[in-house]
Amino acid sequence: MNDPTRAEICVVACAEAFRGDGEIVANPIGTIPILGGRLARATFEPDLVLTDAEALFVTNDLPLGHPDAPKVVEGWNPFRMMLEITWSGRRHVMMGATQIDRYGNQNIACIGPLEAPKVQLLGFRGAPGNTINDPTSYFVANHSPRSFVEQVDVVTGIGYDRAGALGTRGRFHRIPRVVSNLGVFDFETPDRAMRVRSLHPGVTVDDVAASTGFDLVVPDDVVETRAPTDDELRLIRELFDPTGLRDNEVA
Amino acid sequence: MPDKRATEDDVVAELRSGMTIGIGGWGSRRKPMSLLRAIARSDLTDLTIASYGGPDVGLLCATGKVARVIFSFVSLDSIPLEPHFRSAVESGAITTTQHDEGTFLLGLQAAAWRVPFLPTRVGLGSDLFRANPQLRTVRSPYDDGEELVAAPAIELDAAIVHVHRADARGNGQFLGVDPYMDDLFLRAARRGFVSVERIVETEEFLAEGPVESLRIPRLLTDAVVEAPHGAHFTSCTPDYDRDEPFQREYAASAKSSEAWEAFRTKYVDLPSHADYLAQVGLP
Repeated sequence: MNDPTRAEICVVACAEAFRGDGEIVANPIGTIPILGGRLARATFEPDLVLTDAEALFVTNDLPLGHPDAPKVVEGWNPFRMMLEITWSGRRHVMMGATQIDRYGNQNIACIGPLEAPKVQLLGFRGAPGNTINDPTSYFVANHSPRSFVEQVDVVTGIGYDRAGALGTRGRFHRIPRVVSNLGVFDFETPDRAMRVRSLHPGVTVDDVAASTGFDLVVPDDVVETRAPTDDELRLIRELFDPTGLRDNEVA
Repeated sequence: MPDKRATEDDVVAELRSGMTIGIGGWGSRRKPMSLLRAIARSDLTDLTIASYGGPDVGLLCATGKVARVIFSFVSLDSIPLEPHFRSAVESGAITTTQHDEGTFLLGLQAAAWRVPFLPTRVGLGSDLFRANPQLRTVRSPYDDGEELVAAPAIELDAAIVHVHRADARGNGQFLGVDPYMDDLFLRAARRGFVSVERIVETEEFLAEGPVESLRIPRLLTDAVVEAPHGAHFTSCTPDYDRDEPFQREYAASAKSSEAWEAFRTKYVDLPSHADYLAQVGLP
């Protein structure tokens, strides 16, 4: 196998976010997170429950971009049942974020003040419910000072400071990982501020600091994000994403 | 036996300016577009629209029908942001009341059950309280004493949905894989209006789909409109998929007022759904 691309590094980093989850619904949103979720189940996390990105739970390894691929259906999961699963705590979602801050507060609602948005984005979607009930990870394809910000304009998904202020009411909140095109981040610090967990091959601490609008916690020894195995690369390239949709998300 | 068959214009005649209207579907999926175009060319104004939003919200915003939108997202799915809705918000033409997808569902359920709210953890700690000043918390009366969000009932004057089959009595049938929240919208509304791909005899229902697909009892419907391709250009699987080229044309119409006027003249300001089908080239 030739060298992994940055997109393939990101797929494996997203897969790793689901390691150890066991028999829960892994609900990755977006091309690279979906590839990560499917790769995790096909390799080291076989009990994950995955959707076809619509309303069915499927057991077979579905390729992206082939809506007519045969499905082995193991369950029915329309939107309202997905919400019930969310409230029951049996789900790990990986969402996008237009903005994310040092404590993991996420914004997908609007840029500028809520009362008079400069740019109207999607809205709150399921972010408040996801983050108060279940582990919620994030994938940000364009790591920059505009996406990793000191303070988000609107808190749609709650971070560790907001969850902490809720006391025991925030007991189901957890942000296992933030994956970006530059590295992998977590909140395993005393005050739950975002920390560099690993940087993708070729990315330096200076690069990521210059692309981040707040001070990241940087450990003494920064490790490199693990490379895909040959088996993983083959699965990504030949089975899950033969047409290379991943390259549209991370160049 | 009641016969609830009606036209799009019959339904519009039952609506009033200032009403709160819930719309079924989800994003750019199974939206009652023939009914929405009839509303768009009516003289109704000042509507409050509650929707898991897509081009339904955009179309009514672009045609000046909307005062307020109750939503948790507005998206065209394959085109993430709805351009007409964006313009309406960013120009200040409309106001909004925002929800999480879940507080929205619970609000519809509360209205359907005629209770003022339903408790949930959803929203705690987030800025949903700023985006929806109506939201309050409630303390559990039991020993846990936990403070929760009280998702307020979303009471609708009317709901309009598009499903696959119905009979003339107003029983409705879903044949797609996801009913979205359509039946909940109808339960939360005082009046229910359903458009369908095809009106069938009651005896034919179980040849079309399993008994579990009969999720709309006639108790919930005031009128049934037969509108083949009535959800076009949104999807209505398994009857048809989204018309992506047409959706791109719709989205591009937000680029300028000239582009919008041209789109509106060509596709919205037509006398009937039959004229629309002829214009689009559908049977």
